[in-house]
Amino acid sequence: MEWQEIVYKLLKNKISLIGLVIIIVLGLIAIFAPWIAPPQNPDQPYYIPRAGWGNEPKPPSREHIFGTAEGQYDIFYGIIWGSRTAFIIGFTVVGISSLIGIILGTISAYYGGWIDEIIMRVTDIFMSIPFTIAAIVMTTILGRGLGNIMIALITFNWMSTARLMRSQVLSIKNEEFVQAARALGANDFRIIFKHIIVNTIFPVLIQASMNMGSIVITASTLSFLGIGTPEGYADWGQMISYARNWILGTQGNALKYWFTVLIPGTAITLFCLSWNLIGDAFRDILDPKMQS
Amino acid sequence: MGEEKKILEVKNLKKYFPVKTGVFRKTTGYVKAVDDVSFYIREGETLGLVGESGCGKSTTGAVILRLLDATDGEVIFGGKDILALNRREMREIRKEMQIIFQDPYASLNPRMTVEEIVGEPLVIHKMVSSKKEKKEKVVELLENVGLTADQMSRFPHEFSGGQRQRIGIARALAVGPKLIIADEPVSALDVSIQAQVINLLQELQEEFGLTYLFIAHDLSVVKHISNRVAVMYLGKIVEITGKYDLYDNPLHPYTRSLLSAIPLPEPGKKKERIILEGDVPSPVDPPAGCHFHPRCPMAKDICREKTPVLKEYTPGHFASCHLLDQ
Repeated sequence: MEWQEIVYKLLKNKISLIGLVIIIVLGLIAIFAPWIAPPQNPDQPYYIPRAGWGNEPKPPSREHIFGTAEGQYDIFYGIIWGSRTAFIIGFTVVGISSLIGIILGTISAYYGGWIDEIIMRVTDIFMSIPFTIAAIVMTTILGRGLGNIMIALITFNWMSTARLMRSQVLSIKNEEFVQAARALGANDFRIIFKHIIVNTIFPVLIQASMNMGSIVITASTLSFLGIGTPEGYADWGQMISYARNWILGTQGNALKYWFTVLIPGTAITLFCLSWNLIGDAFRDILDPKMQS
Repeated sequence: MGEEKKILEVKNLKKYFPVKTGVFRKTTGYVKAVDDVSFYIREGETLGLVGESGCGKSTTGAVILRLLDATDGEVIFGGKDILALNRREMREIRKEMQIIFQDPYASLNPRMTVEEIVGEPLVIHKMVSSKKEKKEKVVELLENVGLTADQMSRFPHEFSGGQRQRIGIARALAVGPKLIIADEPVSALDVSIQAQVINLLQELQEEFGLTYLFIAHDLSVVKHISNRVAVMYLGKIVEITGKYDLYDNPLHPYTRSLLSAIPLPEPGKKKERIILEGDVPSPVDPPAGCHFHPRCPMAKDICREKTPVLKEYTPGHFASCHLLDQ
């Protein structure tokens, strides 16, 4: 199937269209953040401005249309600039870890033998460590900050791609067209890039799309636990963390501080949902068994 | 044919695949896919290599091209033992030796256009200097195999099986080879298309002076295209001779039973069928002595004990069977 056909089918599929629309809207918000929510301090746009020093969150008002969180952080500003953070984390972590996975998986399957054995045993070791706990431990060691979160997530996120890629390459490396390229005198580099990767990449792309959502959730989890982005950084997980003490509202009015949880929560949910919708639709399109 | 130059000579070629079992992947045995095979091909002729599936005929082809590493033996091509060449030297040899695969649906990269597929060998061996030159050469190659220039930008899935096989042939021809190993090039095609592709191969042979090693499991196809035929059974060549000799005067009992399986074109006419008992034994643990003895209708004691060797019985007619000595 060709690219044009895949794009056409993605646009024709209602579910993936919803996903694409949400992603595009969030993407536009991220790109135009400086215009939607102009930073007070242009040198540090990612730090949410505070409207005072009071502890109690304030409901939406004229100046703060989404209200303010604990510590008077402006929720609207945090959401807008947090979308950038989400995209940065998603693309960087998924991009780099997929690349690592693709390279290791391909080498492992293509060369086989002891190379395969070593790479796969290392992969097994990394896989045996629970992802969230590993990420928590590593960010605790490295310290707070966006870069450190991403390093921690990349370190423990490449394994499934490597395995997927390995199985894909194994299934294709003895195909006749690969043999034909070898008989023609093509070198390994050419065989891997021109013949193997182009025929094995789609499942990896589907996985990467699905992975985008879960990586952003894990990053948010770290921030929620207080070991993610620094204090006051525009990050959806951090926003929810500010809501932690106010989730239950007050006596007799459980929903008094609804905006502190609901608004950042909606943002995260929409982000993850839309990537999963795209991934799902992508899988359906590429699965020959689902085609009528 | 006379005393013409041997373009390819295979001497005592062996290819054993290790069988690994257990946690520690210990080698517990070998699949003797190609077991001491020797033959030669003269320049410009077609040698048919026949045998049932699993007898090692495709492995022989793959080993000659070094798509698989041989366990032992020599493959002499152009005066050199190509099994001893290094990568760079082998790359040069690949310009002279090409392969056509069995399955036209698997042998073309589905994500490349016909132009890219046929043009790839030209790029690999730097045989063209510009895009325009490459395009011209690809058009020429496509026309050689009966395709047209306007089909160049299409992808393999837009073609029929026969057309795909033609693309595969054009790709093999691109480097200007002398020897083409055709690994069951027509067995995946419809009978009506088979004839077209066979005829194309013959035309190309005349036009470019090609030599073929034609691997097949079908004696009637081989009869049409070959000058000489080698019959393989369980990793060994059991008989090798000129095709008329083989079809009129088969020596080996296995060849006789194969020949009796060719359907006759006249309806109603019956011929004596030699039906072999049992299955082909496993190449992991081939029978002692003559590999064919458990299924041979005429097996004697010596067949169970001694492995027969290929001997010349009439000029150019080799067979390996103890019964012929008696």
